[in-house]
Amino acid sequence: MKSLAELEAIRAKTLENIAMRKENADAARVVVGMATCGIAAGARPVMLAFMDEIAKRSLEHVTVSQTGCVGMCRLEPMVDVYLPGQEKVTYVKVTPEMVGRIVAEHVVNGHPVEEYTIGAAE
Amino acid sequence: MDFYRAHVLVCGGTGCTSSGSMQLIERFDEQLKEKGLDKEVKVVRTGCFGLCEAGPVVIVYPEGTFYSRVKPEDVDEIVSEHLLKGRKVQRLVYVDHATHESSVQKSLNEIGFYKQQERIALKNCGVIDPENIDEYIAFDGYKALAKALTEMTREQVIQEVIDSGLRGRGGGGFPTGKKWQFGYNSPADQKYIACNADEGDPGAFMDRSLLEGDPHAIIEAMAIGGYAIGASEGYIYVRAEYPIAVKRLQVAIEQAKEYGLLGDNIFGTDFCFDLHIRLGAGAFVCGEETALMNSIEGKRGEPRPRPPFPAVKGLFGKPTVLNNVETYANIPQIILKGAKWYSSIGTERSKGTKVFALGGKINNTGLVEIPMGTPLRTIIYDIGGGIPNGKKFKAVQTGGPSGGCIPADHLDIPIEYDTLIEIGSMMGSGGMIVMDEDNCMVDIARFFLDFTVDESCGKCTPCRIGTRRMLEILERIVDGKGEEGDIEKLETLAQNIKSTALCGLGQTAPNPVLSTLHYFRDEYEAHIKEKRCPAHHCQALLNYVISDKCRGCTLCAKACPAGAISGEVRHQHVIDTAKCLKCGACVEKCRFGAISKN
Repeated sequence: MKSLAELEAIRAKTLENIAMRKENADAARVVVGMATCGIAAGARPVMLAFMDEIAKRSLEHVTVSQTGCVGMCRLEPMVDVYLPGQEKVTYVKVTPEMVGRIVAEHVVNGHPVEEYTIGAAE
Repeated sequence: MDFYRAHVLVCGGTGCTSSGSMQLIERFDEQLKEKGLDKEVKVVRTGCFGLCEAGPVVIVYPEGTFYSRVKPEDVDEIVSEHLLKGRKVQRLVYVDHATHESSVQKSLNEIGFYKQQERIALKNCGVIDPENIDEYIAFDGYKALAKALTEMTREQVIQEVIDSGLRGRGGGGFPTGKKWQFGYNSPADQKYIACNADEGDPGAFMDRSLLEGDPHAIIEAMAIGGYAIGASEGYIYVRAEYPIAVKRLQVAIEQAKEYGLLGDNIFGTDFCFDLHIRLGAGAFVCGEETALMNSIEGKRGEPRPRPPFPAVKGLFGKPTVLNNVETYANIPQIILKGAKWYSSIGTERSKGTKVFALGGKINNTGLVEIPMGTPLRTIIYDIGGGIPNGKKFKAVQTGGPSGGCIPADHLDIPIEYDTLIEIGSMMGSGGMIVMDEDNCMVDIARFFLDFTVDESCGKCTPCRIGTRRMLEILERIVDGKGEEGDIEKLETLAQNIKSTALCGLGQTAPNPVLSTLHYFRDEYEAHIKEKRCPAHHCQALLNYVISDKCRGCTLCAKACPAGAISGEVRHQHVIDTAKCLKCGACVEKCRFGAISKN
């Protein structure tokens, strides 16, 4: 170790991997419905697509977690996105192809993708 | 970057390891692989979370779900329910003793056990993987060393430590910065910095948990200390009975060397520093600084008179600064956040926090870190969750074999170095053993003295012979053979040993006797004069009797190994006290609560 910069580089790199263990109020959360109905409708590939996209963009303040059935099984796979300071947005009938736009427009830039939301579907 | 959506943290401290946490890790790895989740979920072995009572402990992030007492067969359910489907396994979620609240909706820090704590020394314990230097660095590790080496002079580092008010956490409470200054001021071609990890007090495990949970913090602090006093070499003296701590230290030192955080020209400066581990062979006296240094040198672990103090003439005859593990654990934080921040925590004369190992008759056995000045009551009731089985609190023993007891009257005193000494106990290294109404205070004194007699090195007469004479008197008392004048004899011996023994071990050995005599003299007197043990603890002084609640079921007579119980079926039985072994087997068998001790 010859410099502070080297140390800082290791710090920043590792922090991305373990950020979820720090208490962090401004973390964004992507919650995928993974009950039997969700899994049957293809929630796993959707969740993997989210993880992939987040990894690609090195978004350290985003966590991906799962939840159970909310009762609207016909609209699964469903994904909730929580951004700090914003209302929860629920996306329905999500496919892996939709994930790129949701991450880019909503998670990163804060603009929900209206046409994928539950409001648009109903 | 590898993105994991969940981290499963499994406690790898000694407590949880002994209750099977390594099998949990294996099972998690196996199950995750089987379900194809091993690329999504990461299993991390951490240091101690502190709540050893609830072990083995597993925490799942990002939710921060706190699972307690997890068994290998529970792992399958956690994987298939929580990790695969996102449904928490409610039955395994930790429930607060005091409030009976489940921690499902709460984050870890809101649980009663953690809420009142302030974690500085333990900051990374249970948070990072102790065998991964990158995780330590991610939580600001080695930043303090970088700051000290590149931005601060040696004098500034020492001044910062002096200003922080940090005092030795091994028990003595000597100001750490002062000690460093003595080391700095001693001219020599070679100096050493050393770490005392020979934690020997019965019931204490603060240092072990720190070494197991955050070994890099100790390495970093020792390097900072080495820079400050001008030492290029350091020694960590750690008990061989702490295999996990030793292994993690070795791993950590290797990693630090690989990264160039130990070795030559650290951070491109002239500072070179290397660390060695020396194992102690289990002698309590080697926790005394001069005995410890003899032991490192390969000599017999016996103390020598001071002065000269180690800061002038220590290891290999060179100036040496020796600090305790927990003292070091505070150093990086002080350098990073400043003396002003540190000294804002705690009381006027005791700054910062102190780690205590809570044990004995307490609901939440474990490791706690509280700001100095916290009342004892908060530790016992709010953090510790009170006394189990509805028993009454009697006293708490602090400072191990060198300390004393604090009775219920003093529950509201603030915990700090000076107040504890005023009431006849001491901070000690941080062991805190809670006792309830069933504990006999004479027997407690006997227990600790038995320990010091065993551990006395035998070099000086007061300790070698004096403590043995005291033990003989105490054994006599608990055996029901105490004589008039025994208490006075104990007091005289205690005073003589205190003022004449060579080292700290002997000088403090009579403390448990003196403090129990001070607060519980009536118990001693009951043993001697009335041949009675008020706590119904001392075997020789109690009799088992069967009351008229007896239905004559004969179960007790069948259970008695000595054939001391007789009686006809459906008639009250009697115990022949001459034959009774006082084993208590009959009490366990009786369904009517008819057998009692008196």
